[in-house]
Amino acid sequence: MAQQMVGLTAFGGYIPRLRLQRKSITQANAWVAPNFLGKGKGERSMANWDEDSVTMAVEAARDLLGPDDDRSHVDALYFGSTTMPFKDRLNSGIIAAALTLEESVRAVDVASTQRAGTSALMQALSAAKAGEAKNALVLASDHRKTKAVTAQELDFGDGAAAVAVGTDNIIAAYLGGASLTIDFVDHFRGDTEEFDYNWEERWIRDEGFAKIVPKAIEAALEKSGASAGDIKHFILPCSFGTKFTQQLAKRSGIDPEAVRDTLAANCGETGAAHSLVMLVHTLQTEAKPGDKLMVLHFGGGCDALVFEVTDKLSSQASKRGIVGSLAERTEETNYMKFLTFNGLIEWERGMRAEQDKKTALTTLYRNEDMLMGLVGGRCTETGVVQFPRSRISVNPNKHTVDTQEPYKFAEKKAKILSWSADFLSFSMNPPNHYGMVVFEEGGRIMMDFTDVEAGTVESGMEVKLVFRIKEFDEKRGFRRYFWKAVPVVSSSAKSQTGQAAE
Amino acid sequence: MAAGIKDKVAILGMGCSKFGERWDAGPEELMVEAYLEAMQDAGIEPTQLDAAWFSTHIDDIGTGKGGTPLSLALRLPNIAVTRVENFCASGSEALRGAVYAVASGAADIALAVGVEKLKDTGYGGLPVGNMGTLNPQWSPSGSAPGNFAQLASAYRAKHGVNKDDLKRAIAHVSVKSHANGAKNPKAHLRNEVTEAQVMGAPMIAEPLGLFDCCGVSDGAAAAIVTTPEIAKAMGKKDIVTVKAMQLSVSNGLESQHNSWDGSYFHTARIAAKKAYKEAGIDNPREQVSMMEVHDCFSITELVTMEDLFISPEGGAVKDVMDGFYDADGKVPCQIDGGLKCFGHPIGASGLRMAYEMYLQLQGRAGERQLANPKIGMTHNLGGAPSQNICSVTIVGAHGV
Repeated sequence: MAQQMVGLTAFGGYIPRLRLQRKSITQANAWVAPNFLGKGKGERSMANWDEDSVTMAVEAARDLLGPDDDRSHVDALYFGSTTMPFKDRLNSGIIAAALTLEESVRAVDVASTQRAGTSALMQALSAAKAGEAKNALVLASDHRKTKAVTAQELDFGDGAAAVAVGTDNIIAAYLGGASLTIDFVDHFRGDTEEFDYNWEERWIRDEGFAKIVPKAIEAALEKSGASAGDIKHFILPCSFGTKFTQQLAKRSGIDPEAVRDTLAANCGETGAAHSLVMLVHTLQTEAKPGDKLMVLHFGGGCDALVFEVTDKLSSQASKRGIVGSLAERTEETNYMKFLTFNGLIEWERGMRAEQDKKTALTTLYRNEDMLMGLVGGRCTETGVVQFPRSRISVNPNKHTVDTQEPYKFAEKKAKILSWSADFLSFSMNPPNHYGMVVFEEGGRIMMDFTDVEAGTVESGMEVKLVFRIKEFDEKRGFRRYFWKAVPVVSSSAKSQTGQAAE
Repeated sequence: MAAGIKDKVAILGMGCSKFGERWDAGPEELMVEAYLEAMQDAGIEPTQLDAAWFSTHIDDIGTGKGGTPLSLALRLPNIAVTRVENFCASGSEALRGAVYAVASGAADIALAVGVEKLKDTGYGGLPVGNMGTLNPQWSPSGSAPGNFAQLASAYRAKHGVNKDDLKRAIAHVSVKSHANGAKNPKAHLRNEVTEAQVMGAPMIAEPLGLFDCCGVSDGAAAAIVTTPEIAKAMGKKDIVTVKAMQLSVSNGLESQHNSWDGSYFHTARIAAKKAYKEAGIDNPREQVSMMEVHDCFSITELVTMEDLFISPEGGAVKDVMDGFYDADGKVPCQIDGGLKCFGHPIGASGLRMAYEMYLQLQGRAGERQLANPKIGMTHNLGGAPSQNICSVTIVGAHGV
């Protein structure tokens, strides 16, 4: 019997809206690091204070899955990252809860290496091939933390990508791949450390990339049966410049023109997510049905996977992906804000911030679908929907008892009823915006806003909902998540921004 | 509807401490200050008290829980003390407990004391309260001004009022209260302000600036209530009686059901209707002589004028700008300076409002005395527009 074909069946992407202008970094640091002035070009993605690798992965996954309520088809979830918020709490479990996946989902965290994203993908492909997973979700995400005044803070970015792996409706068939495991320590982050420790770049380039990547290419070509000349898209995160990568490809017989954009200019390298970020970007831009592409990720060796694009690729045309995420941007020129969001500045938050943020885990679990999945209730008798769900309906015309079924709010259309921009309460990004959000199909939630363009908020504005960090409990190293509303600035509202701000 | 308590209970005496940043006093001293004035006013001995109700909201910064803080501070003769707490409407709850005890016949004379010691936190504004274990996991970690400010955005959307006009109207609300508060020796803030000052003040929560927010104050207030018959027998003149006490509490409709538009207080309208019925008032705009409303923020006062059916729906901006609620207007509002300037020691505020109405009805309000008021109304609110407790109390001259 011929082996079942497996491959990618869908994709999604998420790059945080904020784009820190590199010039604002290099100019602020010019007094101590004039050598970086030349790197002050373009922009890097920058997570908002309430984003981490988990929340970004959730956004990429939601892009992939679309707004459908029913997510029971997802039977496995592989999450690759080196910046997971919890060392011991299943991070993919948080994602599964936010996405309202079934309890029966196989959720796995893949960590500790830059190739965590590709390794997660390989695991999903193996599971699909073995018939153990029919629809696996592969998410890769990194919220990269660096010390101030480093090359890394300029080169890195934050972001996430999602691909689905399965056997039906394949958009890119998996032809084969290889993993090399080599304990080449170009950088490391010790158990108790916040930041990477990096070895000399020239050594990493010449002894690492230049020697290890070609071996992975060769192995993957052999496994996939593809020839070097067939590779139309060569996807390798690498910060040594396009010329270096082209030479690397060429030495393996791959057309230098196949080397794909690392998005260094407008995104920055998103760590373990980056190979998949580049893959999704390529699938949205240059990939055509019939093209063969190779995805690689270097780190503790190298992963290399070969795919062939099918004519089903067009099924993904509506996805935001990486292209759409890159277009949804807000320029940030405040380097201090970047340092503050990343915990690199000890700043006075005021006594109001001293309040204990201890989370009752019992309460969290008892209300898990509400808090993690934004699931409320719908009365099966009257159809009235509400948040949160309750035994007695809020419906003023009929307080029915025990009639409610779970009702998901996260993907529903909503707009702002009332709001304020509050300078008094503590916020990591003041003023603190929040307000009453009403849903088109019923229900309302008083909730925090995020990614707000100050001065544009008004009653009646549309919002979309996002899964974000609600609060940090710094005393205990916990963070709690909930959903927030992002006001959607329409193009007509944008042109009236000046007027609204008056 | 029940027959109600109209004229069943008389106010025998009242007291109120100086409100403000009382660095000199703890909650005990504040309670004693209000209590002694009330006892002197009533002309009774502690042994004549049958029961007491005690209101304080934030127990984590000073006063403590239970009935003991009151009994200990006042050295009460081991009578029943019930601590009540209903957010910022707590003071009205203490009064309601005492009034109901007398109306029921369970007590001949009952005491109500409310207190709050807010200025032991180390920062301005209200302390951040404990909201349980579930609420903090999803509700915005906002502030009182941020919650009340939302009335403005919804009111503007509903009535088509532009930003500047509403900002100016709420500024007038504060200018008026400062003018009144300047005449009140017990008030926290006694400075007059101009419209330009109010409108140019630093923003606290859009569109509320500093002068749109009430004072955060320490203070206590007390009431001693009895039956009109006992008051008469004690030789009291100008007896003030309770005409109505109503309380309405949100059940989640505003925060969870799309029938509420965010621009008004659902509970206030219910409490006001019931109170007018209990008091026999059918035209409040004409019959109510004066009001103390819960002006925690200027926008709250503005929309409350409609919720109490004094201004027509959508008509509050015009009434406010016309000076209808000024000291020399048709229905003077916050004649003692209100929460805005008298101050807002949470557990005491409802009783402080009643104190002013009582003084005015007895002609004892000094420089701010109104001409011949007959009916006074207090409106005391706890919570936020989307979820709250609203108390409406009507008092008046006995026999009116």
